[in-house]
Amino acid sequence: MLHIKCPHCGMRSQNEFSYGGDATVKRPALNKDVSDQDWNNFIYNRKSLRGKHWELWQHLSGCRQWIKVERDTATHEIFKTLKANEEIS
Amino acid sequence: MSQNFRLENGGLINRDKKISFKFNGKTYYGYEGDTLASALIANGVHLIGRSFKYHRPRGFFGAGVDEPYAIVQLFRNGETEPNIKATEQELFEGLVATSVNCWPSVNFDIGAINNFLRIFLPAGFYYKTFMWPKSFWYRVYEPFIRKAAGLGVASIKHDKERYEHKYEYCDLLVTGSGPSGLASAYAAAKNGARVILAEDKARFGGSLLTSEVNIGNQSGKDWADGIIAELKGMKNVTVKNRSQVFGYYDHNMLVMSERLSDHLPKTKKFHPKQRLWYIRANEVLISSGSIERPIVFGNNDTPGVMLSSAAKEYLKVYGVLVGKNPLVFTNNDSGYETAIEFKKHGIDPIILDTRKDPHSEIIEEAKNLKIDIKFSHVVVAAQGYKKVKSADIAKISENKEELGKIENIKCDCICVSGFWTPTIHLASQSGNKTKFKEDIDAFVPGISKQNEKTIGAANGSFSLDETLKSSFEAGYELSKKITNKDNKISFPNVVEKKSTVHDKFWCVPLPKGKSYKRFLDFQNDVAVSDIEIALKEGYRSIEHVKRYTTLGMATDQGKTSNLNGLQLVSKIENKVVPAVGHTTFRPPYTPVSIGAIVGREVGKHSKPTRKSPMHSWHEKNNAVFVDAGVWLRPRYYKRGNENLFEASKREAKNVRENVGVCDVTTLGKIDIKGPDAAELLNRVYTNAWLKLPVGKARYGVMLREDGIVMDDGTTTRISENHYHMTTTTAQAANVLSHLEYYLQLVWPELNVNVVSTTEQWAGAAIAGPRSRDLLQKLFPQLDVSNEGLPFMGYMEADLFGVKAKIFRISFSGELAYEVNVESDNGNFMWEKIMEVGEQLKIQPYGTEALSTLRIEMGHVAGSELDGRTIPYDNSLEGLLSKKKDFIGKRSLSRKAFVADDRQKVVGVVPLDKKTSIPEGSHLVKDSNAPLPNPKLGYISASCWSVEHDNPFSLAILKDGKNMIGEKLFVMSPLKNKVIPVEIVSSHYVDPKGERVRS
Repeated sequence: MLHIKCPHCGMRSQNEFSYGGDATVKRPALNKDVSDQDWNNFIYNRKSLRGKHWELWQHLSGCRQWIKVERDTATHEIFKTLKANEEIS
Repeated sequence: MSQNFRLENGGLINRDKKISFKFNGKTYYGYEGDTLASALIANGVHLIGRSFKYHRPRGFFGAGVDEPYAIVQLFRNGETEPNIKATEQELFEGLVATSVNCWPSVNFDIGAINNFLRIFLPAGFYYKTFMWPKSFWYRVYEPFIRKAAGLGVASIKHDKERYEHKYEYCDLLVTGSGPSGLASAYAAAKNGARVILAEDKARFGGSLLTSEVNIGNQSGKDWADGIIAELKGMKNVTVKNRSQVFGYYDHNMLVMSERLSDHLPKTKKFHPKQRLWYIRANEVLISSGSIERPIVFGNNDTPGVMLSSAAKEYLKVYGVLVGKNPLVFTNNDSGYETAIEFKKHGIDPIILDTRKDPHSEIIEEAKNLKIDIKFSHVVVAAQGYKKVKSADIAKISENKEELGKIENIKCDCICVSGFWTPTIHLASQSGNKTKFKEDIDAFVPGISKQNEKTIGAANGSFSLDETLKSSFEAGYELSKKITNKDNKISFPNVVEKKSTVHDKFWCVPLPKGKSYKRFLDFQNDVAVSDIEIALKEGYRSIEHVKRYTTLGMATDQGKTSNLNGLQLVSKIENKVVPAVGHTTFRPPYTPVSIGAIVGREVGKHSKPTRKSPMHSWHEKNNAVFVDAGVWLRPRYYKRGNENLFEASKREAKNVRENVGVCDVTTLGKIDIKGPDAAELLNRVYTNAWLKLPVGKARYGVMLREDGIVMDDGTTTRISENHYHMTTTTAQAANVLSHLEYYLQLVWPELNVNVVSTTEQWAGAAIAGPRSRDLLQKLFPQLDVSNEGLPFMGYMEADLFGVKAKIFRISFSGELAYEVNVESDNGNFMWEKIMEVGEQLKIQPYGTEALSTLRIEMGHVAGSELDGRTIPYDNSLEGLLSKKKDFIGKRSLSRKAFVADDRQKVVGVVPLDKKTSIPEGSHLVKDSNAPLPNPKLGYISASCWSVEHDNPFSLAILKDGKNMIGEKLFVMSPLKNKVIPVEIVSSHYVDPKGERVRS
């Protein structure tokens, strides 16, 4: 079980969190024309990366904040966690 | 029977407490502190089971966790458990055990015929033989193999025992209480670290219990006892015996199973049988020791052939002789320690040493004791069927390939030592990259991936002095890193006999003209010849060889067989062992009972149970409950001998004719506040929300980004910046997360707060033509007329002194209201409604009637909003705003979503107006069409329409909008039903929706 550092609460076990997918995906702005291709990419197409990956988790059974986690998908090493409003660098 | 093989004195057992037990129907006696194995050996019982494949007789091979043979079926306190190692099971009064894998008995086993057919049962036999004819697999082969295979029988009864889970954190977890574990735990504890020390056996001390060493002027055992006593008294230390750390997972999470009651005749009241510990450790020191390796020779699986260290343990710990005429076969000095122990108790052993002329303190001692030692000698084969009777021995040439003249000598046991294999399982599980250590012919941990370090014999260090020094140092250094303290304890003086190098010899060649089976894996009956066949047939990767031959795949996970298997593969392939590599070590290290893994989450505890504040009223009024997610909801209220169908029909009918009340507390409620609340609603719902006036509710549908309907519900504007959202019971948690996702990540600029208030409000829906009369009686001060409180209106009012919210919303399609009060007042509200409603013929109704009402009204719910349908499919396209953007809108223009013949919800009525339609059935055009019959749609929900008094269903049907009036067939192969039906509008009752507005 992973040990994730919630930027608000500190180190917590994985079972307090739920996974939320790729954190680098940006939702197209409202009321903007989006091509079929771009929209399909936003909805369906994800890279299944091996290695470092920025992903979203929600601290569901804790502070309920969505956070960004940089994790190695092969080794499970977690390098960094950010609050929802912090930009991935 | 008497304990003929028990010494007069000695051992760590309690001779004052005699214990009786039964094995295969016979009563025996042992002592407190025995294992089932030691007690059986004391009674001269060496035949314990039959082997897995050839049904050859099986005895004892080890004395602990590595045991491949002595697996029994245990009976304890009216329960039975398979896969119990006799070498681990502690004896208790009244213990009953039986052999497994033998029929009709262990002495006469019919399956043993396999042993004589063994030339027909080579590696891969099953794969090759049972391929053909194909149809025979299910009918003949598989049932036969299933019956023949298996190591015991699982109980089919409900397990009454209690198993617990515990989460724990520590600075340092030490796995094993041998010399390295004790030294490191002690050094770290003295330096202030929070330490957990885990020992899988009942007794602490590991090898110190059986070795002749001296630490700090005490025997090894006394030193261990002293350290344990001191550790137990320290507040920062947890010391656990009977506790096996069996898995090393990510981020230094280790799992340990503690067997609290398995050694007792019966679990104490309110105590758990076992406890599973999830331990998050800052640092881990793996001190799991090592396991002795066998030497491979002919018939080396005969009962009486066992590890030399096990023979020593039975002697020193249990005061039991594994034989009175022992032969020790060794390639290193460890065998001598066992022989010396025999000699000290008046038994004359013979030592066969594969080495030519070794010299060491231990060997000198054996010589001084006048033990018969034959150097350059090997055991060629054990003789005897159910027990060793003699051994064929021979001199072996220096190149270890030529055998001299074979001689037969009498013996009743053969104690084998082929040197030591470090127990690296946990380190390997942690991701550690192991490396091969030439001088010990074994793998040891290499580069750590997590915060772990392996010490002592598990790291290939077999000198006590070196082990203690490095372990003290490791414990001290790690604790310093964690606690920043610097209390270093002094190191004790160690006296041990020096040993010399071992002989890298592991397999005795076959003498000419002999075809003895030489076993590598004792539990799965994998012999040298099987590996040879696998390699001959082209298997190269050790992982493939393992799976083809089943080497190391039994419940012992190859603890005694892995390395010899690798040696063989490397020899045949002419590679060095590290080039062959080892198979992956995976948790669990030893079998763990399913009960411990499941813990307390059994039966109704497998999920939490949520109850509404009115639950006790429902109970008192004969409600029959149904699980709705984790909620318990009344399904119907039973009157007399009514069944579900009759009761729900009565309840639904009463709603249509009079008035009914339904507990709707379980609906999700989310409080939404902030200046941008309306904007948020406008984005998450498909319809327009910016102009909803204060005091009004609106029905809304929300989508996922892919256009699929996520949830629906009504949201009410309580005040300028305050909304009350309701969700379906099932989606409440997901909707909250959904809103939080958009507010926190996508549109953080929106100034809105959301919070779940599901549990803060108790809700009662009152529905039916007389619900307005009821409402007036509940709130005599209010104007509840159609003008005073119109459809979708909202009011706050006083309910006999209690604050209440009234929403004029309807799920049943009748004139209806929903009244909410604070949860604590829920029961009060409910009782008032029932009391006031009595003269209006009120009846409570459950979820079944609720379903009936909504289905015949054509209101979609969970069975239509099933994560696969878009608004159009549910005839909700009227709620899609064309003027604004919302979540999921862009997806709705996908080609498939706008197809002309897109599926749509319709009503379905059987032509005979009698036959009920099973939910999940398919709709087809022609019931006689060849299979697979093209499916046009499926039945999503069925009821008995109380309005029309005939069956009615909702269906999602291809081209539904053009199908009204069509005649189709409902087919349910599952229920073997074919029903001719007519497709009608989904709005079967009050299609214009006049009642809700009346």
